Amino acid sequence: MDRVNAALRRVPPGLIYMGATLWAGWMFWRGVAGRLGPEPVEVLEHAYGDLALKLLVLGLAVTPLRRFVGLNLMTFRRAIGVTTFFLVLAHLAVWAVLDVQSLDRVWADIVKRPYVTVGMAAFVLLLPLALTSNSWSVRRLGPAWRQLHKLVYPAAILAALHFLWLVKGFQLEPILWLVAILALLATRLRMKPRVAADSPAPAKDSIQSWG
Amino acid sequence: MARRWTNDLTHDDVTPEGLWLNRRHILAGLGAAGLAGLPAAGRAQPLEPNSWDDITSYNNFYEFGTGKDDPVRNAGAMDTSGWQVTVDGLVDNPGTYDLAELIGGLETEERLYRFRCVEAWSMVVPWNGFELADLLDRVGVQEGARYVAFETAVIPEVMPGVRRGVLDFPYVEGLRLDEAMHPLTIMATGIYGRDIPNQNGAPMRLVVPWKYGFKSIKSIVRISLVEDQPPTSWNKANAREYGFYSNVNPNVDHPRWSQATERRIGGGLFAQRQETLMFNGYPEVAGLYEGMDLTEFF
Repeated sequence: MDRVNAALRRVPPGLIYMGATLWAGWMFWRGVAGRLGPEPVEVLEHAYGDLALKLLVLGLAVTPLRRFVGLNLMTFRRAIGVTTFFLVLAHLAVWAVLDVQSLDRVWADIVKRPYVTVGMAAFVLLLPLALTSNSWSVRRLGPAWRQLHKLVYPAAILAALHFLWLVKGFQLEPILWLVAILALLATRLRMKPRVAADSPAPAKDSIQSWG
Repeated sequence: MARRWTNDLTHDDVTPEGLWLNRRHILAGLGAAGLAGLPAAGRAQPLEPNSWDDITSYNNFYEFGTGKDDPVRNAGAMDTSGWQVTVDGLVDNPGTYDLAELIGGLETEERLYRFRCVEAWSMVVPWNGFELADLLDRVGVQEGARYVAFETAVIPEVMPGVRRGVLDFPYVEGLRLDEAMHPLTIMATGIYGRDIPNQNGAPMRLVVPWKYGFKSIKSIVRISLVEDQPPTSWNKANAREYGFYSNVNPNVDHPRWSQATERRIGGGLFAQRQETLMFNGYPEVAGLYEGMDLTEFF
């Protein structure tokens, strides 16, 4: 695992931004060129949303992977998080502009359709996280930054519910994503150091592993 | 006796596959010329059938998987040769028939129909088939029958969706007898003059153009004439979302999405949504529901 970690240290996190942007652009171009099948809007909307969910889960897996497997993806965590948000934004844009096509209907859907409401709530929770994902905000907010970024936990649950609520019939995939997210969150319950309220703050190392 | 219903569009409007794109240009030219002298004037707007590829590669057939491209990838494994259909219930001639024997000699014709899915997308399909009424006349509907129930084949070995239990299979559907006897209601055995592909419901499927697509049950193996309203699959799965009637109705939303507009398949990434028409643009069926509150009987 050390060798894997050493190799990973040589990979620049910028590759994640670049890869995601190129992929998203390529998918859009395929849609424009008529290469996404009979219903390109649905394919594009689902492709962006699907990758966003997967990256969200990957982001939540960074800390447990380091703790339980010894795999260190910490250097990529910010890139994973920001890329997740970028894809959520792309998913939302395709839905609003290409699919629903009118502000009236967008608003009506947010208010009336529970799976849209839940998806929008997840987006709203992720918004401040994206805006404070720069180093300046991390320094400036100090310990509050860590608290703020725990919003990703409810956002992830809402994102999985958004998926689960939109499918028809009994479908396994959204259930498995929800279970994965809940399992990843459960690892954090056990990771909280059991210290009395009046004891000194835990060592810096253990704070970092809360992530 | 077929041809009780007069199509807006004739055989000439069904474009041979391949000429489809050219026809678009011709139509565009006619449009520029003011549409004067078009042989068959459309109802609201001229219907242009979707391409063979659209119709046969974007399907809901949950027995073969929930993805829109699952049916085209998986349905080929279904063997439709030697297909048999059981006709039972309140009929004069019950029995299990070879399909060819059951429907042989019935007059088939081309029907260019709008097809509106409950998921708010739509197509226009040039079906080949015969009126269900003709088949029901042949088997002899007995006094007391008020509904027709249909059942789709269940072949787990070739149907991954059945193995995963996406719905309570076999898929079942039903119509009130007057709906089933309506001249718009057909059994389709072809598209674009070719045999209907497996993913579209080979060898024989129902087509009820004023109802959401899931009512038009595919790959039928049983037809039963019954007295009471039969159970229907989506209604069993979620009664709040899917009613027995499931008439296309822009004023009654699905609980999870609006039904006021639809996306016409084949328009590309930037296609505008279209207004959904009451009864999917077939107002001649309105009489079937006179006096019924369609928000209650959705």
